[in-house]
Amino acid sequence: MADLRTNFAGITSPNPFWLASAPPTDKEYNVRRAYEAGWGGVVWKTLGEDPPVVNLSSRYGALQFEGKRLMGLNNIELISDRPLATNIAEIKRVKRDFPDRALIVSLMVPCEEHRWKAILPLIEETGADGIELNFGCPHGMSERNMGSAVGQVPEYVEMVTRWCKQNTRMPVIVKLTPNVTNILMPARAARRGGADAVSLINTIQSVIGVDLDAMAPMPVVGGKGTHGGYCGPAVKPIALRMIGEIARDPEMAGIPISGMGGISNWRDSAEFLAMGSSALQVCTAAMHYGFRIVEDMIDGLSNWMDSKEYATLPDLSGRAVSRFVPWNQLNMKFRTIAQIDQESCVGCGLCHIACEDTSHQAIAKSTGPNRREYSVIDEECVGCNLCAHVCPVDECITMTPQPVDGEMTWLEHPLNPHRLSA
Amino acid sequence: MPPDIACGRLSDDMLARNFADAHPGLTAEQAALEADRCFYCYDAPCIEACPTDIDIPRFIKAIASKNTAGAARTILQSNILGGSCARVCPTEILCEQKCVHTAIETHKPVRIGALQRFATDWQMAQPAHPFGRAAPTGRHVAVMGAGPAGLACAHRLAMLGHDVTLYDRHTRPGGLNEYGVAAYKLADDFAQKEIDFLFAIGGITYRGGTVLGETLSLATLRQEHDAVFLAIGLSGVRALGLPDESIHGVQDAVAFIEDLRSQPLATTPVGRRVVVIGGGNTAIDAAVQARRLGAEEVTLVYRRGEATMSATEVERDWAQTNGVTLRLWAAPIRLETEAGALTGVTFRRTDPPSVSGTLPGMPPQAPPAEFTLGADMVLKAIGQVFIPDPIAQDQILVENGRLVVDEKGRTTLGGVYAGGDCTAGEDLTVAAVRDGREAAKAIHDDLTLTDLSSSRTGAP
Repeated sequence: MADLRTNFAGITSPNPFWLASAPPTDKEYNVRRAYEAGWGGVVWKTLGEDPPVVNLSSRYGALQFEGKRLMGLNNIELISDRPLATNIAEIKRVKRDFPDRALIVSLMVPCEEHRWKAILPLIEETGADGIELNFGCPHGMSERNMGSAVGQVPEYVEMVTRWCKQNTRMPVIVKLTPNVTNILMPARAARRGGADAVSLINTIQSVIGVDLDAMAPMPVVGGKGTHGGYCGPAVKPIALRMIGEIARDPEMAGIPISGMGGISNWRDSAEFLAMGSSALQVCTAAMHYGFRIVEDMIDGLSNWMDSKEYATLPDLSGRAVSRFVPWNQLNMKFRTIAQIDQESCVGCGLCHIACEDTSHQAIAKSTGPNRREYSVIDEECVGCNLCAHVCPVDECITMTPQPVDGEMTWLEHPLNPHRLSA
Repeated sequence: MPPDIACGRLSDDMLARNFADAHPGLTAEQAALEADRCFYCYDAPCIEACPTDIDIPRFIKAIASKNTAGAARTILQSNILGGSCARVCPTEILCEQKCVHTAIETHKPVRIGALQRFATDWQMAQPAHPFGRAAPTGRHVAVMGAGPAGLACAHRLAMLGHDVTLYDRHTRPGGLNEYGVAAYKLADDFAQKEIDFLFAIGGITYRGGTVLGETLSLATLRQEHDAVFLAIGLSGVRALGLPDESIHGVQDAVAFIEDLRSQPLATTPVGRRVVVIGGGNTAIDAAVQARRLGAEEVTLVYRRGEATMSATEVERDWAQTNGVTLRLWAAPIRLETEAGALTGVTFRRTDPPSVSGTLPGMPPQAPPAEFTLGADMVLKAIGQVFIPDPIAQDQILVENGRLVVDEKGRTTLGGVYAGGDCTAGEDLTVAAVRDGREAAKAIHDDLTLTDLSSSRTGAP
C-alpha cells in the first residue's frame, strides 16, 4: 500500500484529498460527514466579517454534454453567510474531534490591515492548521473589491499576504485566481509576500448558458442572470497548465502547491500531483456524487502508485514538471502515426470523416460486401491524434511513434529565421 | 362433438390488457438517454440496412439535441409510414442488426426503432402536417391498394402536386397495417391515426369497397387517370393440400387476423387448443394473438428448422414468451376428424438425421415418425400468393408469381406502375413503403418529361 500521508507546508493529513472551500465545507455537519467519509482535510468555506453576506436563491448552473451531467458547474454563491462566531465555534469543535485531519480556514476581508489583524487571532484560537487567503472568488465578492479583485493585482496579493504572515503563526496559503493573463504574476507576488504555499485554481468567470425562454443567463434569478465562477471536469486542463507553469518557474521553486480544478477521480489526482501539486482539493466531484467519492480516489491512487512503485507522495509529486516545456523545446524529428486495429474497428467511420473533413485526408475508406474498412495512409498522416480521440472504441486506434533520428528543436530548425547558429 | 371454438374466453379487462401496446413508446428521458448512445456514424451501416434509407444518425442526433421536429421530418421525408415501421419492422434484421454497437456488445444496438417511434409519435401529436404540396400539376394518378405501398405512393404523389384517388377493397384504408398485423403491434388504432396524418397533406381521395377486376377494371383506371400504381398485395393463401381442409375450425391465419382486427376482441372466436402451421411472421402473429385471446394451448408447427424460418429470433422468442410451443421439423399429413368434426392434426417428422440426435451416453432411439396434436382450431400460415386474375385481361407481365417491374416500378404496361408485395422482393412493410415512394418519383418524372416533350413538340 502506497503511503498517502501528506505534509503540505507543515500541515499534515492522512491523504492528499482535501475538500475545497465551497458549499460542502460550509458548516460542522458537512465537515464531520466529510471526515467520516475519509477526506484527509477540509478548507472551511470562506469566512468574512460580520454581518455575514446574504446569498441568493438559485445559485448553480451546469454544463451538460451529450448526456453527461456536470461536465462543468458554475456558481454565483458568495462566501459563508453565517455569523463569524458560529463558524468559529464549529471549527473549534470539529478540529478537536478530528485532530489528525487538516483543517484550513479560508478568509476574505477588505484590504485594510487592521481588518486582517482583527480576524486572524480568532482563527488561530480555533486550533485550525492554517489559513487560505481567498483571492480568487470571481463573482459578487469581486464587485466588493475582494476575492479576484485582489488576486488580479499582484501588489495587493503581496501586501495582504505580508499582513497575514506578520500577524499569525499559522501557515498562509494564497489561493490564486485563474482570471489573469499570466498566473506567474500573482503567484510570485504571493511568494514575495511570504506565502507558505499557493493553491489553484479558483473558479473561472463564466456564463454557463442562456435560458432561451427567459432570455437570460443561467442560473436565472428573478428574470436576470449574472456571471459566475466555473469549475468541474471541464476546467481541469486550465488548472493543470497553470499549476505546471508555477511548478517549473525558477522563482517559485520549492513552494508547495495545493492543486485543484476539476479533479474527479484518482487519475486526475495523479496528474495534478505529477504536474507539481503536493496536496489536492476537490469540490465538484463531491457536489455531484457526495463525499463517498473519496473512497475510490484514495484506493485508486494507492493502487496505481503501487503498480508504478511510487512509495510516497513526494516520490510522485512534480514527476512531469521537467517534461513540461515551451513548444520550442519539442523534438521536431519526432513522428507518430495512427494505426487502426481492424479486429476491434466497428466501422463507424468517425475517424475517416474527421480526418477527411477537418484534417489531412489520411484515412482511406473502402467498402466491402458486409463492412466498411478504414485504413491509415501512412504518408499523409501527420500524427495529429484526432482519429484516436474520436474513435469510440478504446485501443482501436493507437498512435505509433516512429524511430527517431536524433533531436532538433525549433531553435535549431533550418526553417527558423531566428535559429541559434552553432 | 364440435371443436371447442368460442368467443370471450377472457374478460374484457384481460383482453384490453393483452392487446395493448406490446412495447410502449419511450419517454423523453428514455429517448434522450438512448439517443446519446448513438455514435453518429459517418456513412452509417444502419442506413444501408434500411430499405427506405432513413438518415438514422441524423435523426438520432436531432433527438439528442431535442430537435424532435427535425428528427421526425428526417424520418418522414424518407418514409411517411415511419410510425408504423417503427412498430412493425423486424429491426433486428434491418437497421439494428447493422448498428456498430453490436460489434462491441452483441444484442445491444441503439434502439433505432424505438427512437423512430418517439420522433414520429411526437410529430403525429402536432396539429400541422409537416410537408406541403408542390404547385398543382393538373395530373391525376390512381393508386390501387391502400396498404403501405399505396399509401406511400399516394402521399409522395400528393407532395409532388398530383391529385390521387386511392382505391381499396376494404372500407378502411391501411391494408396489412389495418388488417394483417398483430393488434398489439399497432395498438390504439394507430394505423388509422397514421392514415389521418398522412391524408392531412391533401389531394388524396379514398374510395373503399373497390375491387379491381370486379367493380373497376385496370383499363378504366388507365383511361381515367394519367398513371396507375398497383399495390394490390398478395390476395391468395396457400393451402395445405389435405382432405377436409374446408372443415369448420380450419382457417387461414390471414383471415383469422383480419377478423380479429375488424371486430371487437370479445366477439372474436378462438379455439381452446390451436395449432398454427407455418414459420413466418403471420404464423407468429396468429399464434400469439390466439394465446392472448385465451386459447389454452397454442402450438406452432414448422416443417423445417429455425434457420429457414422467416420469423426472426426476436419473433420466435416473443412467441415462446407468450406461451406458444414451437415444434420444428414436422409437416402436416392429415386432419383428424370425428363424426365430421375437427379433432386434431397429424404430422410427419421431417428431421434430417443430424437433427434428431440423442443425449450423450443415451442409446440411439428413433423418434416415432408421426405424431398427432389435438386441435380445436388449425390456422394455416404457409404463405401468401399473388392472384393475377384481376389483371388477367391486361397485357401485363407476371413472372414467378409476381408482377414484373423495372427498377423504377414500371410494369410492362404503359403508364402502369406497381410495388409492394405484388412485386418481387422482400415482403416487408418498409420495403413496400420504399416501392411506393420510388414509384411516385418515377410517375412524377415520367409525367413531367411528357410535359417537357409535348411542349417541345408544340402539342397543347
